[in-house]
Amino acid sequence: MRLLFGSLISFTLAAAIGLGATWFALTRGAAFGSIALGAWTAWPKTGTLDIDPYARAVIARSGELPVGLGDGVAFVARRDDRGRALDGRCDTVISGITPQARYWTIALYDQDGQLVANTVNRHGFTSQEVTRRSDGSFEIAVAPRARPGNWLPTGGIERYALLMRLYDTPVGVATRTGREAPMPAIAQRGCP
Amino acid sequence: MISWLLWLLGGLLGGGIVHLATVLYLPRTATQDAYSRLAPITTVNQTVAMPAPAPKTAIMPFMDPAFATAVCRYDLSSGALKLTAPVSSAYTSVSFYTRYGLAYYAINDRAAGRRVIELELMTAQQRSDLPEEEDVTAADRLIVESPTTTGLIVIRALISEPGLATTVRAVLAQARCVQQPQ
Repeated sequence: MRLLFGSLISFTLAAAIGLGATWFALTRGAAFGSIALGAWTAWPKTGTLDIDPYARAVIARSGELPVGLGDGVAFVARRDDRGRALDGRCDTVISGITPQARYWTIALYDQDGQLVANTVNRHGFTSQEVTRRSDGSFEIAVAPRARPGNWLPTGGIERYALLMRLYDTPVGVATRTGREAPMPAIAQRGCP
Repeated sequence: MISWLLWLLGGLLGGGIVHLATVLYLPRTATQDAYSRLAPITTVNQTVAMPAPAPKTAIMPFMDPAFATAVCRYDLSSGALKLTAPVSSAYTSVSFYTRYGLAYYAINDRAAGRRVIELELMTAQQRSDLPEEEDVTAADRLIVESPTTTGLIVIRALISEPGLATTVRAVLAQARCVQQPQ
């Protein structure tokens, strides 16, 4: 009786802990070998066969195809520089310069990785399109309502993610510091 | 008391095993991975242009809206594949993915160094079956080895400004993947 009871508890505990940890790891996107630069995080190894099992499972579950390391590196930001979650109802400014790359693109997605509908059909910018200041730096306004200059509409959704992809870039597995790879700052203002 | 603690410890260890097993096994069971999503809208060993990602209806999550994409879903079981992709004005890249969405090789137009990216894709077995002299003489032949028999080749071309979309898509439509006779 005691054996039965003990093994039952043991197995239930095993299932609960195991499945719980898996679910937690996959929804939180736990993967090793990340590069964090300011508000931005990249997992360059996800674009190679050295991908870790967690990232593999995340990709299989979401259905995305990671950017291959010979192609480029993708940086994601879900929070601003002060650690607050990006809110589509705020006026957010992305400003600064980018690491060395032949081209870069920036795009805005909802939490499922889908583009957000808006009246001007603008879902992102490429390094060719963005208007810059005379020193080469740029400023993109991410806001629900129209802004002068580079305006990236949020459609007023509550949570969004920004993806900055650098193509043909030396940034990769060996990159460690922000001095090598200066990523633009993200500042949120005027939140409701 | 001690025996209860042992059962508890067993449960914890078991939990670790369950966790590792599910994480490792999950990619094999996924029904909504990239390959499964692309299978209904692509033909085997042919390049198919993907529609531009639209809000809420993109085939895969996190597709770059600034890129035109073509996909060749390949099956090497009846022979190697030759891929030719002309390079567009801004940036073109070719990425290779296994059946489970792992990027095992990617090359861009500059690394390829030509106006047309030409690659041959084969399994390790098919490569070792190549006549030896052929392998030696073809110095500028780019051969890519696929770790799986099936997989995806994704050709991406940057639309650097919205006005260039038609031109870029027209160039991308020239990309071909052709099964080689054995």
